[in-house]
Amino acid sequence: MSTSLLNNRAFVLASAAASLLLAGLGLALLWIPEVEGDPAFPIFYLHVPVALTAYACFGWGAWKALRLLWLDENRYDLESYTAIHMGVIFGILTLVTGSIWAKFTWGQWWVWSSRQLVLFLVLFLFYAAYFMLRYSTDPGPRRARMSAVYALFGVVLIPVSFLAIRLAEDVIHPGPIVTSREGPQMTGDLFFVFCVSFAGMLALAAALYTNELTGKRLDSSLRELRESLE
Amino acid sequence: MTYLADVAALARKDLLLELRSRDTVPAMLLFVVSTLVVFNFALPADAGTDAAYGLLWIALVFTALLGLTRAFLAEREQRILDALVLTPCDRSAIWLGKGVAVLAFLVLAEAVALPAFDLFFAPVTAEVVAAVLLADVGLAAVGTLLAAMAAASRARELLLPLLFLPLVIPIVVGGVGASIAADPARYLGFLVLYDLVFAILSWASFEYVVTE
Amino acid sequence: MIRARELERRFGEKRVFRALDLDVAERDFLLVTGPNGSGKSTLLALFAGLLAPTRGELEVRAPRQRIGYLAHEPLVYRELTALENLDLFGSLYRIAERRERIGMLLERFDLWDARHERVAAFSRGMAQRLALCRALLHEPELVLADEPYSGLDESGAELLDGLLAGLAGERTLVLATHDPHRVAGLATQRLALA
Repeated sequence: MSTSLLNNRAFVLASAAASLLLAGLGLALLWIPEVEGDPAFPIFYLHVPVALTAYACFGWGAWKALRLLWLDENRYDLESYTAIHMGVIFGILTLVTGSIWAKFTWGQWWVWSSRQLVLFLVLFLFYAAYFMLRYSTDPGPRRARMSAVYALFGVVLIPVSFLAIRLAEDVIHPGPIVTSREGPQMTGDLFFVFCVSFAGMLALAAALYTNELTGKRLDSSLRELRESLE
Repeated sequence: MTYLADVAALARKDLLLELRSRDTVPAMLLFVVSTLVVFNFALPADAGTDAAYGLLWIALVFTALLGLTRAFLAEREQRILDALVLTPCDRSAIWLGKGVAVLAFLVLAEAVALPAFDLFFAPVTAEVVAAVLLADVGLAAVGTLLAAMAAASRARELLLPLLFLPLVIPIVVGGVGASIAADPARYLGFLVLYDLVFAILSWASFEYVVTE
Repeated sequence: MIRARELERRFGEKRVFRALDLDVAERDFLLVTGPNGSGKSTLLALFAGLLAPTRGELEVRAPRQRIGYLAHEPLVYRELTALENLDLFGSLYRIAERRERIGMLLERFDLWDARHERVAAFSRGMAQRLALCRALLHEPELVLADEPYSGLDESGAELLDGLLAGLAGERTLVLATHDPHRVAGLATQRLALA
């Protein structure tokens, strides 16, 4: 696929992302009535879509990893790596937005009783190790395969960790009671705004992904060109 | 069933190597007992037995890590993995053979650690023993695969803890839960689930970690 | 037996060789020469299937259990005895009547008396001879030897001469060395790596 075509796609995605996110933000702040006792509730429209987008990125990275192992084509390595990179970025955003929401709601920057937050902490550690693995292995088919296997482990770890965290609540670290993630019942209006935000986040992730992938592919093409001239 | 014969030959090789060199298991034994002693000084006076069980599981995970760091030492230093990979045996048999040996080392270390814990801190109940044995399977399964990955990297021993610790958090939850919760069966069941899922995943993906 | 087109292998930024074209027929004897660092070991590892090419095509028509690989290192467990090592590999290679085959090889390479000694106690030459036993245990069709003479004393080298003379024409051989004079006569093909 030529890079110019990808550029077009990235542009379309970026525009979609910008418009959807602005719309979502506007709707969340202006249209939705305030929630009692939770003045920072609009962060929900940022925090949950960001979290779901992170999951989507990790899932996409694992899918590309599976393709790499299945079809043995090297291009999937870059795609898997970029997807996971995006996932980590959104993961960090999840932790940050979650932490801000916690501070507003319970006065603490961190609560162990928020399953989402703890899960993302574990995943962040896991995927940070992914980058350590890549960094400390020489580039080549071996590194691509090991990264792919690790990415698959990650996506399996997500539900297993979630289950573990749920089980852990009974015995470890009581904390402020966290209401269900969705907060008060999601009426049609709230759900609509949520969907707009979520779509915007996915578009943003896709735009960043396409952009970074194009950049990396260009880098590698340049390098090959330089070498063939040597 | 040449697959099982391969696994047996490979596991036997690892146990024989350990019997000759006698470096990994004694180190694990001494490490786990030392760690338990350190914990005595790390626990405040009013800490309950629950905290002690938590520390037991930390000790077990780090002892496993110590043993796993040396798991592929000979294969890496003398590049023997190349010769093993060239044989007609299934690469997952290498994982299984090595995993069985690692499991044996863990059980040996715990045969000393658990009585020591019982002596120093809190009773070792049947649930604790069951949890430890189930956890060993998970630690050996995942640890053997990750040890092979770390061995192929430049960072080696430095990388293994980074890869290992996030993945074994669920084991710690299961183990501690089984040790202190009112309903240990849920946690033991969770450990069984973890073992199944990650053992199958490790078994299936080992091939891709040791070949190109 | 071996067919390479535009073969390239790089390690990170460093490219060991590029655009290599090669054809090795069955029962050929390919002699690979070149200074240290020219990629001889890498080429052999590629033929063995231990490394994948980073570019180009490589086809090796021998399945992995019919390949005998002799690397720089002897690839045997130092803490096991010669017999235990060969027994392990014999079992993994599914050799019928492996005790006999192992005994025959140990005698041929003058290691029978040392069979119960750990490899850690071996001299470099003995370890190299044990490596030869390991590589030939399963009667491979394709023998890949990376500097097989290194570490061998004169009697060991003569054993190897005899072995190679026997194998040439019967099996496909690829031998890498930076001192080709010893085997130049037997080679049917030469490749010089820069």
